[in-house]
Amino acid sequence: MTTKPYAIECVNIKKAFGSVDALKGVSMFAKPGEVTAIIGDNGAGKSTLIKCISGVYNSDEGEIKINGEVVEFVNPEESRSFGIETVYQTLSLIEDLSIWQNLFLNREITKGFGPFKILNKSKMKEEATKMLKNLDVYIPSIKSRTRRLSGGQRQAVAICRAAGWGSSVVIMDEPTAALGVRETAKVEDLIKRMKAQGLAILLISHNFDQVLRLSDQIWVMRQGDVMAGLRSKDTSGDELVALITGAKSGKG
Amino acid sequence: MKKISRKSTAPSSEGAVDINFLSRVRSKIQDPFFWSDWLVVVAFVFVIAFFGAIAPAEFLTLWNLNNILVAASIPAIIAVGQTFTVLTAGIDLSVSSTMTFGAVTFGLAFTNGWPLLQCVLFGTIAGTFVGLLNGLIIAKRKINDFIVTLGMLSVASGAALVLSDGKPRQVISESLATLAIGDKANIPYLMMVAFVIVVVAHFVLFHTRFGTHVFAVGGDPESARAMGISVVKIKIAVYVISGALAGFAATLAISRIGSAEPAANTSILLNSVAAVVLGGVSLFGGRGTIFGPFIAALLLQSLSNGLTVIGVAAYYQYLSIGLVVILSAALVRTDK
Repeated sequence: MTTKPYAIECVNIKKAFGSVDALKGVSMFAKPGEVTAIIGDNGAGKSTLIKCISGVYNSDEGEIKINGEVVEFVNPEESRSFGIETVYQTLSLIEDLSIWQNLFLNREITKGFGPFKILNKSKMKEEATKMLKNLDVYIPSIKSRTRRLSGGQRQAVAICRAAGWGSSVVIMDEPTAALGVRETAKVEDLIKRMKAQGLAILLISHNFDQVLRLSDQIWVMRQGDVMAGLRSKDTSGDELVALITGAKSGKG
Repeated sequence: MKKISRKSTAPSSEGAVDINFLSRVRSKIQDPFFWSDWLVVVAFVFVIAFFGAIAPAEFLTLWNLNNILVAASIPAIIAVGQTFTVLTAGIDLSVSSTMTFGAVTFGLAFTNGWPLLQCVLFGTIAGTFVGLLNGLIIAKRKINDFIVTLGMLSVASGAALVLSDGKPRQVISESLATLAIGDKANIPYLMMVAFVIVVVAHFVLFHTRFGTHVFAVGGDPESARAMGISVVKIKIAVYVISGALAGFAATLAISRIGSAEPAANTSILLNSVAAVVLGGVSLFGGRGTIFGPFIAALLLQSLSNGLTVIGVAAYYQYLSIGLVVILSAALVRTDK
């Protein structure tokens, strides 16, 4: 279909918790410069799948390929080292640290050597400003505490942090669930800009309108399995509902 | 400086700048965090002014102010260690007996004829060891910090009694005596030592990755973990710092008394927690400074000194210090 390699591809991923098969052999892919949505009812396995991709869980079977190459990782740090970043619903921002400190949390730029490494604050502030500007995110002051930001601004900061590290895949779990209409629109614009910059975006959302509006590819999950992979422009909300509830079988 | 240059280049916006400035001041004053940071400075100035006005001839003498600085040096060092544990939303209740344990090990080494520096090192290592035990149990076994360090309070003072057989050991050393009574430019050596530790701790907290991670772990351990910070390592580290500083402070205590005492000085514990709370460190973790608790340690010492100077009985001093602590905690309540 296309010559471009997939940014990320999962092949036959299985994961069981005790006797419960959370993932029963899931295969899916996401292309660079596209928004790929994963939808499904509660307990369909969406969260388990993204946790396998982000390294929180280790899958029992199957492989994950990045840009066509099989990779292995056992924890989130290793997953991150392959350019996979995740924005969880909780956002993982520290309220009492400033915005630039959050953007560089655990990736602080230092100067000096050995035990005398000190924080290079001016450099981090400069880079933080660039990271936000690069995605057209406007925040009054990067020095203010994250506590002072609105819900949409927080989401934007968390997304910028995920996108700003030379990452190739950004996973977003319900990025607009807690936001109002205007803030949702802003975050959606932000996702479009990331897409334009060639990132592969994995989007988990319960909002079908949003999924149809934003995504290029949709994977429908049900009971630990992928029911269907569709191009967004070829489907409709009714079809998605039918697939999710099992009224229509995607494999049939 | 900035305001002046702005004035000269754009005189027409002078009024706007002033309104801006006023509204900034107002929003600062209304910000509860501003008060948690600055309350201690205001209170310190107030205490000095109060006793200075009541008993200027006794309180505001060089000799008396020197006394305050000497007496505040040990509580200041302990408060620095306590600040680190409280910043991670923990607490170290074992500081006073860790210091005693450090003093006893120092005394043992000294009576065995070790050179002074090695004795200091030995006492510090003993304190570090106690801190490491605290940290390992709290972080690895995930047991409540309050219970672990409360138990350690008893364990360390018990160990100190066992090791010393309950007897104080004389430590006679000229260098230690010089450290205890000497001064340069009216600043006692003991306070200089404490101040160096304060400056180093401030630097570590605000200018290293470790410091940022201490704030992150205290502010939101789940998010810190999600960003790949080892919460366990940071927690162990803060208790090690607290233990090491308590072990080191034993040297200062020995220099003042001239012997290694096996009896725990429990007021050190109350003092350190009081200084941390007064100094604006959030008991919920993730917020605070080093200079705040340092000034609070000075304040508490000035308060008890001032009360002594004006002739208030010692019983009332306990009462007043306890009240100040509770009052300050109520004033700077910064929970959500």
